[in-house]
Amino acid sequence: MNLPLSITKNIHDWLFELMSAPIAAVVEMVLIAVAFLGFFALAGLLLVYMERRIAAFFQLRLGPNRVGPQGLFQTIADALKLVSKELVVIDKADKFLYNLAPYFVIVASLMALSVLPFSQEFHAFDINIGVFFLLAVSSIGVIGILLGGWASNNKYALIGAMRSGLQTISYELSVGLSILTIVLLAGSLQISEIIAVQQKGGWFIIQGHIPAFIAFMIFMIAGTAETNRAPFDLVEAESELGAGFHTEYSGMKFAYFFLAEFINMFIIAAIGTILFFGGWLSPFGITESIPLLGVMWFMLKVLGLVFLMMWFRWTFPRLRVDQLLTLEWKYLLPINLFNIVFMAVIVWLGLTINF
Amino acid sequence: MEQIIFYILSLIMVVFAIASVTSRMILRSVVYLLFVLCAIAGFYFLIDYNYLAAIQLTVYAGGIIVLFIFSVLLIHHIESKLDVASLGRRILVGLASLVGAGLTLSVIWAHPFIVAENSARSTEVRDIGLGMLSYGDGGYILPFEVISILLLAAMIGAIIVAKGTRLTIKD
Repeated sequence: MNLPLSITKNIHDWLFELMSAPIAAVVEMVLIAVAFLGFFALAGLLLVYMERRIAAFFQLRLGPNRVGPQGLFQTIADALKLVSKELVVIDKADKFLYNLAPYFVIVASLMALSVLPFSQEFHAFDINIGVFFLLAVSSIGVIGILLGGWASNNKYALIGAMRSGLQTISYELSVGLSILTIVLLAGSLQISEIIAVQQKGGWFIIQGHIPAFIAFMIFMIAGTAETNRAPFDLVEAESELGAGFHTEYSGMKFAYFFLAEFINMFIIAAIGTILFFGGWLSPFGITESIPLLGVMWFMLKVLGLVFLMMWFRWTFPRLRVDQLLTLEWKYLLPINLFNIVFMAVIVWLGLTINF
Repeated sequence: MEQIIFYILSLIMVVFAIASVTSRMILRSVVYLLFVLCAIAGFYFLIDYNYLAAIQLTVYAGGIIVLFIFSVLLIHHIESKLDVASLGRRILVGLASLVGAGLTLSVIWAHPFIVAENSARSTEVRDIGLGMLSYGDGGYILPFEVISILLLAAMIGAIIVAKGTRLTIKD
Protein backbone atom coordinates (compact mmCIF):
# COMPACT_ATOMS: atom_id res chain seq x y z
CA MET A 1 0.00 0.00 0.00
CA ASN A 2 1.67 3.18 -1.15
CA LEU A 3 -0.35 6.27 -0.42
CA PRO A 4 0.07 8.94 -3.10
CA LEU A 5 1.07 11.63 -0.65
CA SER A 6 3.71 13.82 -2.22
CA ILE A 7 3.00 17.33 -1.02
CA THR A 8 6.21 18.90 -2.26
CA LYS A 9 5.79 17.52 -5.77
CA ASN A 10 2.20 18.75 -5.96
CA ILE A 11 3.18 22.26 -4.88
CA HIS A 12 6.07 22.20 -7.35
CA ASP A 13 3.82 21.18 -10.26
CA TRP A 14 1.16 23.67 -9.27
CA LEU A 15 3.65 26.54 -9.12
CA PHE A 16 5.09 25.73 -12.52
CA GLU A 17 1.60 25.50 -14.03
CA LEU A 18 0.69 28.88 -12.61
CA MET A 19 3.75 30.88 -13.67
CA SER A 20 6.53 30.85 -16.21
CA ALA A 21 9.54 28.72 -15.31
CA PRO A 22 12.05 31.32 -14.06
CA ILE A 23 9.50 33.16 -11.90
CA ALA A 24 8.21 29.89 -10.48
CA ALA A 25 11.77 28.86 -9.62
CA VAL A 26 12.35 32.13 -7.75
CA VAL A 27 9.00 31.84 -5.95
CA GLU A 28 9.86 28.30 -4.98
CA MET A 29 13.21 29.39 -3.55
CA VAL A 30 11.55 32.15 -1.55
CA LEU A 31 8.91 29.73 -0.23
CA ILE A 32 11.56 27.26 0.90
CA ALA A 33 13.61 30.03 2.50
CA VAL A 34 10.57 31.28 4.41
CA ALA A 35 9.74 27.75 5.51
CA PHE A 36 13.26 27.28 6.86
CA LEU A 37 13.23 30.66 8.62
CA GLY A 38 9.91 29.76 10.21
CA PHE A 39 11.26 26.40 11.28
CA PHE A 40 14.38 28.09 12.64
CA ALA A 41 12.41 30.38 14.92
CA LEU A 42 9.82 27.83 16.00
CA ALA A 43 12.23 24.97 16.64
CA GLY A 44 14.54 27.31 18.53
CA LEU A 45 11.73 28.45 20.82
CA LEU A 46 10.46 24.93 21.41
CA LEU A 47 13.97 23.68 22.18
CA VAL A 48 14.41 26.46 24.74
CA TYR A 49 11.15 25.37 26.34
CA MET A 50 12.28 21.75 26.30
CA GLU A 51 15.60 22.67 27.87
CA ARG A 52 13.91 24.56 30.69
CA ARG A 53 11.45 21.77 31.41
CA ILE A 54 14.19 19.14 31.39
CA ALA A 55 16.41 21.28 33.60
CA ALA A 56 13.51 21.58 36.01
CA PHE A 57 12.93 17.84 35.86
CA PHE A 58 16.57 17.16 36.73
CA GLN A 59 16.46 19.59 39.63
CA LEU A 60 13.08 18.40 40.96
CA ARG A 61 11.34 21.63 40.01
CA LEU A 62 8.31 22.24 37.82
CA GLY A 63 9.76 24.65 35.30
CA PRO A 64 7.64 27.04 33.22
CA ASN A 65 4.02 25.91 33.56
CA ARG A 66 1.84 29.03 33.61
CA VAL A 67 1.72 30.52 30.11
CA GLY A 68 -0.44 28.34 27.89
CA PRO A 69 -0.97 24.60 28.35
CA GLN A 70 1.96 23.20 30.36
CA GLY A 71 3.75 26.52 29.89
CA LEU A 72 4.16 25.89 26.17
CA PHE A 73 3.93 29.58 25.25
CA GLN A 74 6.44 30.71 27.88
CA THR A 75 9.34 30.96 25.43
CA ILE A 76 7.20 32.76 22.86
CA ALA A 77 6.36 35.33 25.52
CA ASP A 78 10.07 35.58 26.33
CA ALA A 79 10.87 36.13 22.67
CA LEU A 80 8.26 38.90 22.47
CA LYS A 81 9.82 40.48 25.54
CA LEU A 82 13.24 40.35 23.90
CA VAL A 83 11.89 41.98 20.74
CA SER A 84 10.50 44.87 22.77
CA LYS A 85 13.74 45.40 24.69
CA GLU A 86 16.08 48.25 24.01
CA LEU A 87 19.09 47.55 21.83
CA VAL A 88 21.91 49.07 23.84
CA VAL A 89 24.33 51.03 21.66
CA ILE A 90 27.93 50.69 22.77
CA ASP A 91 30.05 53.79 22.31
CA LYS A 92 33.47 52.30 21.91
CA ALA A 93 32.51 49.18 19.97
CA ASP A 94 33.22 48.56 16.31
CA LYS A 95 29.59 49.10 15.33
CA PHE A 96 29.72 47.47 11.91
CA LEU A 97 31.25 44.20 13.12
CA TYR A 98 29.23 44.28 16.34
CA ASN A 99 26.00 44.31 14.35
CA LEU A 100 27.24 41.87 11.74
CA ALA A 101 28.38 39.12 14.11
CA PRO A 102 24.97 37.58 15.01
CA TYR A 103 24.16 37.14 11.32
CA PHE A 104 27.26 35.02 10.75
CA VAL A 105 26.09 32.60 13.40
CA ILE A 106 22.53 32.54 12.06
CA VAL A 107 23.50 32.18 8.38
CA ALA A 108 25.86 29.32 9.19
CA SER A 109 23.22 27.37 11.07
CA LEU A 110 20.53 28.12 8.46
CA MET A 111 22.81 26.83 5.70
CA ALA A 112 23.49 23.68 7.69
CA LEU A 113 19.75 23.28 8.27
CA SER A 114 19.06 23.36 4.53
CA VAL A 115 20.72 20.00 3.80
CA LEU A 116 18.89 18.04 6.51
CA PRO A 117 16.38 15.47 5.23
CA PHE A 118 13.17 15.67 7.25
CA SER A 119 11.69 12.82 5.26
CA GLN A 120 12.18 11.29 1.86
CA GLU A 121 10.57 14.22 0.10
CA PHE A 122 11.16 17.06 2.58
CA HIS A 123 14.75 17.44 1.56
CA ALA A 124 15.56 20.89 0.28
CA PHE A 125 19.13 20.51 -0.96
CA ASP A 126 20.36 16.98 -1.64
CA ILE A 127 23.89 17.97 -2.63
CA ASN A 128 26.51 15.48 -3.80
CA ILE A 129 28.94 16.42 -1.01
CA GLY A 130 26.22 16.23 1.69
CA VAL A 131 27.88 15.81 5.07
CA PHE A 132 31.04 17.56 3.91
CA PHE A 133 28.96 20.64 3.13
CA LEU A 134 27.58 20.46 6.66
CA LEU A 135 31.14 20.48 8.05
CA ALA A 136 32.14 23.33 5.75
CA VAL A 137 29.34 25.69 6.74
CA SER A 138 29.50 24.85 10.42
CA SER A 139 33.08 26.13 10.43
CA ILE A 140 31.81 29.60 9.51
CA GLY A 141 29.69 29.99 12.65
CA VAL A 142 32.73 30.41 14.86
CA ILE A 143 33.70 33.56 12.94
CA GLY A 144 30.55 35.24 14.21
CA ILE A 145 31.45 34.39 17.80
CA LEU A 146 35.03 35.63 17.39
CA LEU A 147 33.91 38.87 15.75
CA GLY A 148 31.18 39.47 18.31
CA GLY A 149 33.60 39.01 21.17
CA TRP A 150 36.24 41.30 19.71
CA ALA A 151 33.93 44.01 18.45
CA SER A 152 32.19 44.39 21.83
CA ASN A 153 35.40 45.94 23.24
CA ASN A 154 34.95 44.08 26.50
CA LYS A 155 37.55 41.95 28.26
CA TYR A 156 35.15 39.18 29.22
CA ALA A 157 33.70 39.03 25.74
CA LEU A 158 37.17 38.84 24.22
CA ILE A 159 38.27 36.02 26.52
CA GLY A 160 35.02 34.17 25.80
CA ALA A 161 35.55 34.56 22.07
CA MET A 162 39.14 33.31 22.28
CA ARG A 163 38.07 30.27 24.26
CA SER A 164 35.29 29.59 21.79
CA GLY A 165 37.63 29.71 18.81
CA LEU A 166 40.08 27.40 20.52
CA GLN A 167 37.37 24.94 21.43
CA THR A 168 35.51 24.91 18.14
CA ILE A 169 38.64 24.52 16.02
CA SER A 170 39.90 21.64 18.17
CA TYR A 171 36.66 19.73 18.34
CA GLU A 172 35.80 20.23 14.68
CA LEU A 173 38.53 17.68 13.98
CA SER A 174 36.85 15.03 16.07
CA VAL A 175 33.44 15.71 14.57
CA GLY A 176 34.90 15.45 11.07
CA LEU A 177 36.83 12.26 11.75
CA SER A 178 33.91 10.50 13.43
CA ILE A 179 31.71 11.43 10.45
CA LEU A 180 34.42 10.04 8.18
CA THR A 181 34.28 6.73 10.03
CA ILE A 182 30.64 6.38 9.06
CA VAL A 183 31.26 7.58 5.52
CA LEU A 184 33.63 4.60 5.18
CA LEU A 185 30.67 2.38 5.95
CA ALA A 186 28.25 4.24 3.69
CA GLY A 187 30.58 4.70 0.73
CA SER A 188 29.06 8.09 -0.07
CA LEU A 189 28.81 11.63 1.23
CA GLN A 190 25.36 12.26 -0.21
CA ILE A 191 22.78 12.23 2.54
CA SER A 192 20.02 10.52 0.57
CA GLU A 193 22.46 7.77 -0.38
CA ILE A 194 23.66 7.35 3.21
CA ILE A 195 20.06 6.76 4.23
CA ALA A 196 19.42 4.45 1.27
CA VAL A 197 22.33 2.24 2.36
CA GLN A 198 20.83 2.06 5.86
CA GLN A 199 17.42 1.18 4.43
CA LYS A 200 18.97 -1.91 2.86
CA GLY A 201 21.28 -3.10 5.61
CA GLY A 202 20.05 -1.71 8.90
CA TRP A 203 21.04 1.40 10.84
CA PHE A 204 24.74 2.14 10.93
CA ILE A 205 25.00 1.90 14.69
CA ILE A 206 24.05 -1.77 14.32
CA GLN A 207 25.73 -2.34 10.97
CA GLY A 208 29.08 -1.02 12.14
CA HIS A 209 28.70 -2.35 15.71
CA ILE A 210 31.86 -1.63 17.81
CA PRO A 211 33.62 1.06 15.71
CA ALA A 212 30.29 2.73 14.91
CA PHE A 213 29.47 2.89 18.60
CA ILE A 214 32.87 4.41 19.42
CA ALA A 215 32.36 6.91 16.60
CA PHE A 216 28.93 7.75 18.00
CA MET A 217 30.29 8.45 21.46
CA ILE A 218 33.08 10.62 20.08
CA PHE A 219 30.61 12.43 17.85
CA MET A 220 28.27 13.23 20.74
CA ILE A 221 31.12 14.49 22.95
CA ALA A 222 32.68 16.58 20.20
CA GLY A 223 29.28 17.78 19.02
CA THR A 224 28.39 19.00 22.49
CA ALA A 225 31.71 20.80 22.64
CA GLU A 226 31.22 22.36 19.22
CA THR A 227 27.88 23.85 20.20
CA ASN A 228 29.54 25.36 23.30
CA ARG A 229 27.16 23.66 25.69
CA ALA A 230 27.86 22.49 29.21
CA PRO A 231 30.06 20.69 30.26
CA PHE A 232 32.07 22.49 27.56
CA ASP A 233 30.55 25.95 28.07
CA LEU A 234 33.81 27.71 28.97
CA VAL A 235 32.84 30.25 26.36
CA GLU A 236 30.05 31.65 28.47
CA ALA A 237 31.05 30.37 31.88
CA GLU A 238 28.82 32.55 34.05
CA SER A 239 30.96 32.35 37.15
CA GLU A 240 34.11 33.43 35.31
CA LEU A 241 33.17 35.60 32.35
CA GLY A 242 29.79 37.19 32.91
CA ALA A 243 28.06 35.90 29.81
CA GLY A 244 31.11 35.29 27.63
CA PHE A 245 31.19 36.51 24.07
CA HIS A 246 27.67 37.93 24.14
CA THR A 247 28.08 39.95 27.33
CA GLU A 248 27.48 43.23 25.50
CA TYR A 249 24.57 42.06 23.38
CA SER A 250 21.03 42.92 24.35
CA GLY A 251 17.49 42.42 23.13
CA MET A 252 17.02 40.72 19.78
CA LYS A 253 20.73 40.53 18.96
CA PHE A 254 21.28 38.43 22.05
CA ALA A 255 18.28 36.32 21.05
CA TYR A 256 19.92 35.59 17.69
CA PHE A 257 22.95 34.08 19.42
CA PHE A 258 20.72 32.26 21.84
CA LEU A 259 18.46 30.74 19.17
CA ALA A 260 21.42 29.82 16.96
CA GLU A 261 22.97 27.89 19.84
CA PHE A 262 19.83 25.80 20.22
CA ILE A 263 19.50 25.28 16.47
CA ASN A 264 23.14 24.16 16.38
CA MET A 265 22.30 21.60 18.99
CA PHE A 266 19.40 20.47 16.79
CA ILE A 267 21.76 20.24 13.80
CA ILE A 268 24.31 18.14 15.68
CA ALA A 269 21.53 15.82 16.86
CA ALA A 270 20.18 15.64 13.30
CA ILE A 271 23.59 14.71 11.87
CA GLY A 272 23.86 12.03 14.54
CA THR A 273 20.42 10.75 13.56
CA ILE A 274 21.27 10.68 9.86
CA LEU A 275 24.60 8.95 10.32
CA PHE A 276 23.87 6.49 13.09
CA PHE A 277 20.11 6.01 13.41
CA GLY A 278 18.89 5.93 9.83
CA GLY A 279 17.50 9.47 9.48
CA TRP A 280 13.78 9.31 8.67
CA LEU A 281 13.70 5.49 8.47
CA SER A 282 11.24 3.80 10.78
CA PRO A 283 12.48 1.02 13.08
CA PHE A 284 12.23 -2.34 11.25
CA GLY A 285 10.46 -0.54 8.41
CA ILE A 286 7.07 -0.64 10.17
CA THR A 287 5.71 2.48 8.47
CA GLU A 288 7.56 2.27 5.19
CA SER A 289 4.32 2.45 3.21
CA ILE A 290 3.52 5.90 4.60
CA PRO A 291 6.45 8.12 3.60
CA LEU A 292 4.96 11.13 5.39
CA LEU A 293 5.53 9.50 8.78
CA GLY A 294 9.27 9.84 8.11
CA VAL A 295 9.06 13.37 9.49
CA MET A 296 7.74 12.01 12.77
CA TRP A 297 10.46 9.36 13.08
CA PHE A 298 13.16 11.87 12.19
CA MET A 299 11.95 14.37 14.77
CA LEU A 300 11.55 11.67 17.42
CA LYS A 301 15.11 10.47 16.95
CA VAL A 302 16.52 14.00 16.84
CA LEU A 303 14.65 14.98 19.99
CA GLY A 304 15.96 11.83 21.65
CA LEU A 305 19.54 12.88 20.92
CA VAL A 306 18.77 16.46 21.99
CA PHE A 307 17.50 15.06 25.27
CA LEU A 308 20.79 13.18 25.61
CA MET A 309 22.72 16.43 25.16
CA MET A 310 20.56 18.18 27.75
CA TRP A 311 21.15 15.24 30.06
CA PHE A 312 24.93 15.84 29.68
CA ARG A 313 24.42 19.46 30.53
CA TRP A 314 22.70 18.89 33.82
CA THR A 315 24.88 15.96 34.86
CA PHE A 316 28.52 16.89 34.32
CA PRO A 317 30.44 19.79 35.88
CA ARG A 318 32.27 22.24 33.63
CA LEU A 319 35.75 21.35 32.40
CA ARG A 320 38.84 23.52 32.76
CA VAL A 321 40.54 24.78 29.61
CA ASP A 322 43.52 22.43 29.98
CA GLN A 323 41.23 19.47 30.63
CA LEU A 324 39.23 20.40 27.54
CA LEU A 325 42.32 20.41 25.34
CA THR A 326 43.76 17.25 26.89
CA LEU A 327 40.49 15.44 26.25
CA GLU A 328 40.50 16.41 22.59
CA TRP A 329 44.14 16.11 21.59
CA LYS A 330 45.33 13.30 23.84
CA TYR A 331 42.25 11.08 23.97
CA LEU A 332 39.57 11.70 21.35
CA LEU A 333 41.86 12.32 18.38
CA PRO A 334 44.09 9.22 18.75
CA ILE A 335 41.08 7.02 19.52
CA ASN A 336 39.36 8.47 16.48
CA LEU A 337 42.28 7.83 14.13
CA PHE A 338 42.58 4.28 15.41
CA ASN A 339 38.83 3.86 15.03
CA ILE A 340 38.91 4.85 11.36
CA VAL A 341 41.49 2.15 10.62
CA PHE A 342 39.44 -0.32 12.68
CA MET A 343 36.32 0.52 10.68
CA ALA A 344 38.22 0.22 7.41
CA VAL A 345 39.40 -3.27 8.39
CA ILE A 346 35.86 -4.26 9.37
CA VAL A 347 34.43 -3.03 6.08
CA TRP A 348 37.28 -4.64 4.14
CA LEU A 349 36.78 -8.06 5.77
CA GLY A 350 33.02 -7.78 5.46
CA LEU A 351 32.45 -8.11 9.20
CA THR A 352 29.51 -5.69 9.26
CA ILE A 353 26.16 -6.91 10.55
CA ASN A 354 23.70 -6.94 7.69
CA PHE A 355 20.13 -8.09 7.80
CA MET B 1 19.32 33.28 -14.19
CA GLU B 2 22.88 31.98 -13.92
CA GLN B 3 24.15 35.10 -15.59
CA ILE B 4 22.37 37.32 -13.05
CA ILE B 5 23.87 35.34 -10.17
CA PHE B 6 27.28 35.57 -11.82
CA TYR B 7 27.05 39.36 -12.04
CA ILE B 8 25.84 39.67 -8.45
CA LEU B 9 28.72 37.51 -7.20
CA SER B 10 31.25 39.44 -9.28
CA LEU B 11 29.92 42.72 -7.96
CA ILE B 12 30.24 41.43 -4.39
CA MET B 13 33.79 40.31 -5.07
CA VAL B 14 34.95 43.57 -6.65
CA VAL B 15 33.31 45.81 -4.06
CA PHE B 16 34.59 43.87 -1.06
CA ALA B 17 38.04 43.38 -2.54
CA ILE B 18 38.38 47.16 -2.86
CA ALA B 19 36.88 47.66 0.61
CA SER B 20 39.31 45.13 2.05
CA VAL B 21 42.31 47.00 0.70
CA THR B 22 41.11 50.50 1.58
CA SER B 23 39.72 49.86 5.06
CA ARG B 24 41.84 51.22 7.88
CA MET B 25 40.52 48.87 10.57
CA ILE B 26 42.37 45.63 10.20
CA LEU B 27 39.61 43.28 11.39
CA ARG B 28 37.15 44.86 8.98
CA SER B 29 39.60 44.15 6.17
CA VAL B 30 39.67 40.53 7.23
CA VAL B 31 35.86 40.35 7.19
CA TYR B 32 35.71 41.93 3.73
CA LEU B 33 38.27 39.38 2.58
CA LEU B 34 36.02 36.66 3.99
CA PHE B 35 33.16 37.94 1.82
CA VAL B 36 35.41 37.79 -1.25
CA LEU B 37 36.36 34.20 -0.47
CA CYS B 38 32.72 33.23 0.10
CA ALA B 39 31.82 34.77 -3.27
CA ILE B 40 34.51 32.62 -4.89
CA ALA B 41 32.90 29.58 -3.24
CA GLY B 42 29.64 30.81 -4.77
CA PHE B 43 31.28 30.74 -8.20
CA TYR B 44 32.31 27.14 -7.68
CA PHE B 45 28.76 26.25 -6.71
CA LEU B 46 27.54 28.03 -9.83
CA ILE B 47 29.64 25.85 -12.13
CA ASP B 48 28.68 22.71 -10.15
CA TYR B 49 32.09 22.16 -8.58
CA ASN B 50 30.50 21.41 -5.22
CA TYR B 51 33.53 19.69 -3.77
CA LEU B 52 35.85 22.55 -4.58
CA ALA B 53 33.31 24.99 -3.14
CA ALA B 54 33.14 23.11 0.14
CA ILE B 55 36.95 22.97 0.25
CA GLN B 56 37.04 26.72 -0.35
CA LEU B 57 34.63 27.25 2.55
CA THR B 58 36.45 24.94 4.99
CA VAL B 59 40.03 25.87 4.15
CA TYR B 60 39.76 29.57 3.40
CA ALA B 61 36.65 30.78 5.22
CA GLY B 62 36.83 28.34 8.12
CA GLY B 63 40.58 27.92 8.43
CA ILE B 64 42.66 30.80 7.13
CA ILE B 65 40.24 33.59 8.01
CA VAL B 66 39.83 32.20 11.53
CA LEU B 67 43.64 32.18 11.84
CA PHE B 68 43.75 35.80 10.65
CA ILE B 69 41.07 36.78 13.16
CA PHE B 70 42.96 34.98 15.91
CA SER B 71 46.18 36.84 15.22
CA VAL B 72 44.35 40.16 15.01
CA LEU B 73 42.55 39.37 18.27
CA LEU B 74 45.88 38.73 19.97
CA ILE B 75 47.90 41.70 18.75
CA HIS B 76 45.49 44.47 17.86
CA HIS B 77 43.42 46.75 20.02
CA ILE B 78 40.00 47.79 18.84
CA GLU B 79 40.79 51.49 18.76
CA SER B 80 44.03 51.33 16.79
CA LYS B 81 43.89 52.14 13.11
CA LEU B 82 46.38 51.51 10.36
CA ASP B 83 48.50 54.52 9.34
CA VAL B 84 47.89 56.22 6.02
CA ALA B 85 50.95 55.95 3.80
CA SER B 86 52.74 59.05 2.52
CA LEU B 87 51.69 60.60 -0.78
CA GLY B 88 54.80 59.55 -2.73
CA ARG B 89 54.43 55.96 -1.65
CA ARG B 90 50.76 55.96 -2.54
CA ILE B 91 51.51 57.22 -6.05
CA LEU B 92 54.22 54.57 -6.44
CA VAL B 93 51.91 51.77 -5.30
CA GLY B 94 49.13 53.05 -7.55
CA LEU B 95 51.43 53.02 -10.57
CA ALA B 96 52.70 49.53 -9.74
CA SER B 97 49.17 48.15 -9.42
CA LEU B 98 48.12 49.87 -12.67
CA VAL B 99 51.02 48.17 -14.48
CA GLY B 100 50.07 44.84 -12.91
CA ALA B 101 46.41 45.21 -13.82
CA GLY B 102 47.31 46.26 -17.37
CA LEU B 103 49.56 43.26 -17.81
CA THR B 104 46.90 40.84 -16.55
CA LEU B 105 44.13 42.39 -18.64
CA SER B 106 46.23 42.38 -21.82
CA VAL B 107 47.02 38.70 -21.32
CA ILE B 108 43.35 37.89 -20.71
CA TRP B 109 42.25 39.80 -23.80
CA ALA B 110 44.92 38.27 -26.00
CA HIS B 111 44.06 34.72 -24.96
CA PRO B 112 41.47 32.97 -27.13
CA PHE B 113 39.07 31.31 -24.69
CA ILE B 114 37.53 28.11 -25.98
CA VAL B 115 34.26 26.93 -24.48
CA ALA B 116 35.08 23.50 -23.06
CA GLU B 117 32.55 20.74 -22.87
CA ASN B 118 31.94 19.93 -19.22
CA SER B 119 31.09 16.28 -19.78
CA ALA B 120 34.62 14.86 -19.97
CA ARG B 121 35.25 14.75 -16.23
CA SER B 122 32.81 14.12 -13.45
CA THR B 123 32.97 16.35 -10.37
CA GLU B 124 31.51 13.82 -7.97
CA VAL B 125 33.42 13.19 -4.77
CA ARG B 126 33.78 9.49 -5.55
CA ASP B 127 35.50 10.17 -8.86
CA ILE B 128 37.71 12.88 -7.35
CA GLY B 129 38.78 10.47 -4.62
CA LEU B 130 39.50 7.67 -7.08
CA GLY B 131 41.45 10.10 -9.25
CA MET B 132 43.53 11.21 -6.28
CA LEU B 133 44.57 7.64 -5.50
CA SER B 134 44.92 6.19 -9.00
CA TYR B 135 48.39 5.56 -10.39
CA GLY B 136 47.17 5.01 -13.96
CA ASP B 137 46.67 7.63 -16.65
CA GLY B 138 45.61 11.00 -15.22
CA GLY B 139 46.04 9.78 -11.65
CA TYR B 140 47.26 12.07 -8.91
CA ILE B 141 48.85 9.63 -6.47
CA LEU B 142 52.36 11.13 -6.70
CA PRO B 143 51.43 14.79 -6.01
CA PHE B 144 48.99 13.59 -3.35
CA GLU B 145 51.69 11.68 -1.47
CA VAL B 146 54.29 14.42 -1.95
CA ILE B 147 51.90 16.98 -0.47
CA SER B 148 51.11 14.73 2.49
CA ILE B 149 54.84 14.33 3.23
CA LEU B 150 55.29 18.09 2.92
CA LEU B 151 52.44 18.70 5.38
CA LEU B 152 53.86 16.15 7.80
CA ALA B 153 57.26 17.86 7.64
CA ALA B 154 55.63 21.23 8.25
CA MET B 155 53.79 19.82 11.26
CA ILE B 156 56.93 18.35 12.82
CA GLY B 157 58.77 21.60 12.10
CA ALA B 158 56.04 23.61 13.81
CA ILE B 159 56.24 21.39 16.90
CA ILE B 160 60.02 21.78 17.09
CA VAL B 161 59.84 25.55 16.66
CA ALA B 162 57.12 25.84 19.30
CA LYS B 163 58.78 23.56 21.84
CA GLY B 164 62.25 25.04 21.37
CA THR B 165 64.75 23.94 24.00
CA ARG B 166 62.06 22.13 25.98
CA LEU B 167 62.30 19.21 23.56
CA THR B 168 65.70 18.16 24.88
CA ILE B 169 65.24 19.04 28.54
CA LYS B 170 63.59 16.29 30.52
CA ASP B 171 61.19 17.47 33.16
